[in-house]
Amino acid sequence: MLTLKLAVRNLLGGGMKTWLRVGVLSLSFITIIAMQGLYQGMYGQATEASVSTELGGGQYWHLRYDPLDLLSLPDAHQTLPEGLSGLVASGAATPILVVQGFLYTGGDLQPILMKGIDPAQRVLSIPSSALADAAGSSPPVLIGSRMARDSGLRVGDTVTIRWRDARGTFDATEVQVAHIMSTTVMTVDSGQMWLPLAALQKMARMEGEATLVVLARDARPIAASGEWLHKDLDFLLSDLNAMVRTKMIGGSVAYLILLFLAMLAILDTQILSIFHRRKEIGTLMALGVTRGGVIRLFTVEGALNAVLAAVAGAVYATPLLFLLARAGIPMPAAIESSGYSLGERLYPTYSAALVFGTTVLVLVVTTVVSYMPTRRIARLKSTDALRGRLT
Amino acid sequence: MTTPSESPLIRTRDLVKAYPMEQGRLVALNRVNLTFEKGEFAGLVGPSGSGKTTLLNIVGSLDQPTEGSAEVLGHRIETLSHAEAAELRSRHIGFIFQTHNLFPVYTVFENVEFPLLVLGMPAALRTQAVRDALDWVKLGDRANSKPAQLSGGQSQRVAIARAIVKRPALVLADEPTANLDAENSRRILETMVQLNRDLQTTFLFATHDDKVIRHLRRTIRLNDGSVVADTSTEPTPQLAGYRP
Ligand SMILES: Nc1ncnc2c1ncn2[C@@H]1O[C@H](COP(=O)(O)OP(=O)(O)O)[C@@H](O)[C@H]1O
Ligand SMILES: [Mg+2]
Repeated sequence: MLTLKLAVRNLLGGGMKTWLRVGVLSLSFITIIAMQGLYQGMYGQATEASVSTELGGGQYWHLRYDPLDLLSLPDAHQTLPEGLSGLVASGAATPILVVQGFLYTGGDLQPILMKGIDPAQRVLSIPSSALADAAGSSPPVLIGSRMARDSGLRVGDTVTIRWRDARGTFDATEVQVAHIMSTTVMTVDSGQMWLPLAALQKMARMEGEATLVVLARDARPIAASGEWLHKDLDFLLSDLNAMVRTKMIGGSVAYLILLFLAMLAILDTQILSIFHRRKEIGTLMALGVTRGGVIRLFTVEGALNAVLAAVAGAVYATPLLFLLARAGIPMPAAIESSGYSLGERLYPTYSAALVFGTTVLVLVVTTVVSYMPTRRIARLKSTDALRGRLT
Repeated sequence: MTTPSESPLIRTRDLVKAYPMEQGRLVALNRVNLTFEKGEFAGLVGPSGSGKTTLLNIVGSLDQPTEGSAEVLGHRIETLSHAEAAELRSRHIGFIFQTHNLFPVYTVFENVEFPLLVLGMPAALRTQAVRDALDWVKLGDRANSKPAQLSGGQSQRVAIARAIVKRPALVLADEPTANLDAENSRRILETMVQLNRDLQTTFLFATHDDKVIRHLRRTIRLNDGSVVADTSTEPTPQLAGYRP
């Protein structure tokens, strides 16, 4: 208690220098929270988008389905086993058929993935209902805005697509763009064309078959059977996790440097202050303060920098961070190249764990850094200190 | 921590302090035998390097004898641990240094209060004690000043208030007037004489300042770490009749 009182006096007595140091520390402290909040928000948003439009609550893949190997597709389709068709019937899952095809645009043959989806499904947030009412004679298709931009297609346009059916025979037909959806998830947009499941099954001669089955988010997974494998969200999100982790590590380097600089300032202050205040240390000892007491005093004084920084940061940064979390940050288009689009705005999220964890981290590191130079005091003789000497 | 009434306040027996040197050792105190009773107003005098500070530091439990013993308020200095020595200083010994050694970020009040905080005295008692101490040194009106706003003489008076605020049995003053002019030296001496008389506080000085020596009732002359003279004198006449 006494130590704390004295430490506060000493620190506040430091005036401008104290506030400068506290300012630097609080700035790096807030930057850490802001940056981590950004990554958390980025991760949260990307995860949410992927889960709601593509991954659902997990998926069942046909044994031979490999999303990274298009050559696997001709063999990766089958009718659903009883368990899965039960799930589909109850609305807890929806089947998707994936067929490789080509799009004729002008003279070009552009490879695409044709994906059959049940227009009535409610498992994914893809606007599949647009595929329900086929106004024209050609099958309706749904594409994403990026795909529309790349192919120059607009709503109402008809276009020729070509594919190979289950027997390996090439076939072609005209389809009409029924709807263009805006989505941040590129894997359901770029190079993708969504058709009514029944139409695609018919075109590809894969009646009643699917390549994968998407489970609804809140549905309970059943044991996979036969030719089907269950892929849980951990597996499906591992790419995204890996990407975010890489980005986070990159960000961490920046904030570790910040933290390091702030700690250097504290360390420097401590070393200097022990040197400058050796007479004061001698006086403290003469007045009956033990060495341990002096060490405690200097350590607490140093650690108080972090406490003040946290308080100062809380005062000036809380409204700022709150505003950022509410209004979001406009994202530059460049981020899209990472493969996971984040939407036009990024909304940082500052979890209690993040704020609390960072505070504790900064406090602990500051205390350790403040304590280290005080070991000098343990070797200091009060008589020497009073004479202005350092032993 | 009580002092047996029959034993003297301070007693050194064949006290030796030696510093190891590159060749041999430097003997700062050489078989010093001294006794001080409660209420004395005594001074160690002698040229620079004669061992005054060294003796004061040992008596003040800031330093340890190399040989012999020093008994202060019933405690054998050479047997005290760091913590015990700190406790002894905190309870019973006040220090005044050549420089005032005030804490620059504290106010005058806080500086004087400091020893009481170390003692753990309750706040109400503390405030009264600090007021009294500042009144003794006639600085009651500067309680909220910072040391930087005070003159050298005023600062040294604050240092005296800090040394006596806890009513220690013993005050050790190492060249307290070395940085002061004649007028300030006189005022400080008067204050200490008065405290010695009113509170029976024992004062032990280290000094080679004639202005101080004049006021001493006992003068111990040191030379090269040995006591060469120990004389008791009558208090200076004009000071004996002094009343504030
Ligand atoms: N820590 C030390 N190491 C070595 N010699 C010291 C130390 N402290 C004091 N001395 C020596 O001891 C002698 C007495 O010093 P001191 O007690 O300070 O004398 P005074 O106070 O009378 O001027 C001097 O020669 C001084 O150089
Ligand atoms: Mg000296």
